[in-house]
Amino acid sequence: MTAFRCRIIVILTVAGVFAVSGAVTVNNTFASDLSDWMYDRYESELFGFMEARQGWRLQDDPHEEDETISEARFQLDLSKEFDWGIGRFKGDLVGDRILDEVRGELRELNISFSPAKFMDVKAGRQIQTWGTGDLLFINDLFPKDWESFFTGRDDEYLKAPSDSIRTSFFSDAVNLDISYSPLFNGSNYIDGSRLSYWNGARIAGREDRFRDDERNRFLRDDEISMRISKTIEGIELALYGYNGFWQTPEGLDPDTGKGIYPRLRTVGGSARGPMLGGIGYAEAGYYDSHQDRDGSDPFIRNSEVRFLAGYERELDRNLTGGLQYYLEWMLDYSEYESSLLPGAVRKDEERHVLTLRLTRLMMNQNLKVSLFVYYSPSDQDAYFRPKIHYKVSDRWSIETGGNIFTGKDDHTFFAQFEDNTNAYAGARYSF
Amino acid sequence: MWAPVISAEEIPEVEEIVDRANKTAYYAGDDGKASVTMTITDSQGRVRAREFIILRKDIKDGGAQNFYVYFKKPADVRKMVFMVHKKIEEDDDRWLYLPALDLVKRIAASDKRTSFVGSHFLYEDVSGRSVLDDVHTLVETDDRHFVLDNVPRDPSVVEFSSYKIWIDRKTFMPMKAEYLDKDKRLYRVVEALEVKDIQGHPTVVKSRVRDLINGGETVSEFSDVSYDIGLGDIFTERYLRRAPSEARR
Repeated sequence: MTAFRCRIIVILTVAGVFAVSGAVTVNNTFASDLSDWMYDRYESELFGFMEARQGWRLQDDPHEEDETISEARFQLDLSKEFDWGIGRFKGDLVGDRILDEVRGELRELNISFSPAKFMDVKAGRQIQTWGTGDLLFINDLFPKDWESFFTGRDDEYLKAPSDSIRTSFFSDAVNLDISYSPLFNGSNYIDGSRLSYWNGARIAGREDRFRDDERNRFLRDDEISMRISKTIEGIELALYGYNGFWQTPEGLDPDTGKGIYPRLRTVGGSARGPMLGGIGYAEAGYYDSHQDRDGSDPFIRNSEVRFLAGYERELDRNLTGGLQYYLEWMLDYSEYESSLLPGAVRKDEERHVLTLRLTRLMMNQNLKVSLFVYYSPSDQDAYFRPKIHYKVSDRWSIETGGNIFTGKDDHTFFAQFEDNTNAYAGARYSF
Repeated sequence: MWAPVISAEEIPEVEEIVDRANKTAYYAGDDGKASVTMTITDSQGRVRAREFIILRKDIKDGGAQNFYVYFKKPADVRKMVFMVHKKIEEDDDRWLYLPALDLVKRIAASDKRTSFVGSHFLYEDVSGRSVLDDVHTLVETDDRHFVLDNVPRDPSVVEFSSYKIWIDRKTFMPMKAEYLDKDKRLYRVVEALEVKDIQGHPTVVKSRVRDLINGGETVSEFSDVSYDIGLGDIFTERYLRRAPSEARR
């Protein structure tokens, strides 16, 4: 398809979404009538939303366009209860002006049922989350979508779906969750197509997208996540295990220059409970990068120990504050140093990150003003996420926010995105 | 069942009135279920609606209990779950489940005098204010009500200076509460607008909170109320991720 035809289709889709949402607004009952009809006719629950979102860079980026996001999105969420369980579909139709495409995104397509009193199963495409961190993840190796996160899509989109069978067993002693994916899912990382990034030597963008070798051997490139959990006296304790791959291409094939997903095993634990009038939590994990266990392969990320501790509490009525400390500690650092390729940037042995969250609810909780900050004293970089969300009515909401990156060097995690610093706004109609 | 019928001449001790009113309002049966519609009208007359199922199970009559709130409307909070393990001597444990992220979030909020889902009802109106938190005085007894004045033991953690409560003499249902702010102005009224007998328990099926200073009110209507439905232990992470059938229907 020519770029021109493609653009026409995108514009038509965006216009279509607005036309529909306009029609819905004029006749406010249309959407709820549709939901009622679905329920009466098929005993199915139908929900969804339409939204438009636009974001711009706040400075020039020689590698990218000015817009960071420009899209219209239509989500349908359909679920039906059967005798044996529940079936669910959730999918988005997106008209995306940045990538000049219209695409479908299947977020959920799964069945869930309880084959025994002590057992739940959910099979199919699903969103999964566990662990204690607030926008920090150690033992949650389920897929993320960092591009969505950095461009200001709704928080929902930080979690990408995985195609898994999740089985949970419950007993008085402990609970056990096992999530098996026959094919590695992986996270959506920053590859230059929308946001510029550090490519190992310099900042790059659209002209030099990062390429990777996908893991695509069904049942061989599989992954498994496990959790054992128990709550004792209001304190939630959990042990975790994972066998699969680094979620982002943390290895490089020196022959092709493409990124690869090295094998990864992790074990870890977490605790969360009430503390000093708020909630305190801690989590740790050992990342065993076992394709390079002695740390001497310069093309594969070394093993690591990761740790976080956090505390959240109400500071005042309708004002909540949270603080976290996060550590990535590279193992076998001397092997890393001695095998470092000439010209490569030397990473620190320890990466320290502090985060701050402030959330204020106002106007009968219809206005939410929040700020989340990541600051790394070791990398000397930071990432600010201010956001204002207002519920105009039960159906309409608007929001605006920013993704502000700053730092001393080009190669550190947040600083590499400095030229992507952006502000965005969006409006959503839910039905 | 456990309470003797009292004659007009017999006035129980104030602590007994408080105890029976607390149990009548918040502890009917061993467990219960209701479908709740809240209509919130703000000071400018804009109306918003909330619809949810509330499930409750008592651990001890007059003591600890668990709540499970499953949201149906508005669309942006649908299938969200709010769960409370209410305790008497210490802070409640509260969780929120966000289905779009499959996220089980523990809520740090310890302040019970914040708005419940943006309505004029407060958390404490929904789950009950601990009877230990106030000093109660019986100030008046008319032919229908015991009227109690209640002064908080720790005024620094609440926004009112005192409140008066009208308790029905027959059913022991609190029928009205009037709150005075720190300047002793009447600013908030909570009323039971309709009480029905359900399975032998007096039950408020319609109630209202009015904000007299800023304007605005919230009306709650309770339908499909039933007691002693035999709720299992659904107040766990398992059922946050997978709502029990009692909540979905």
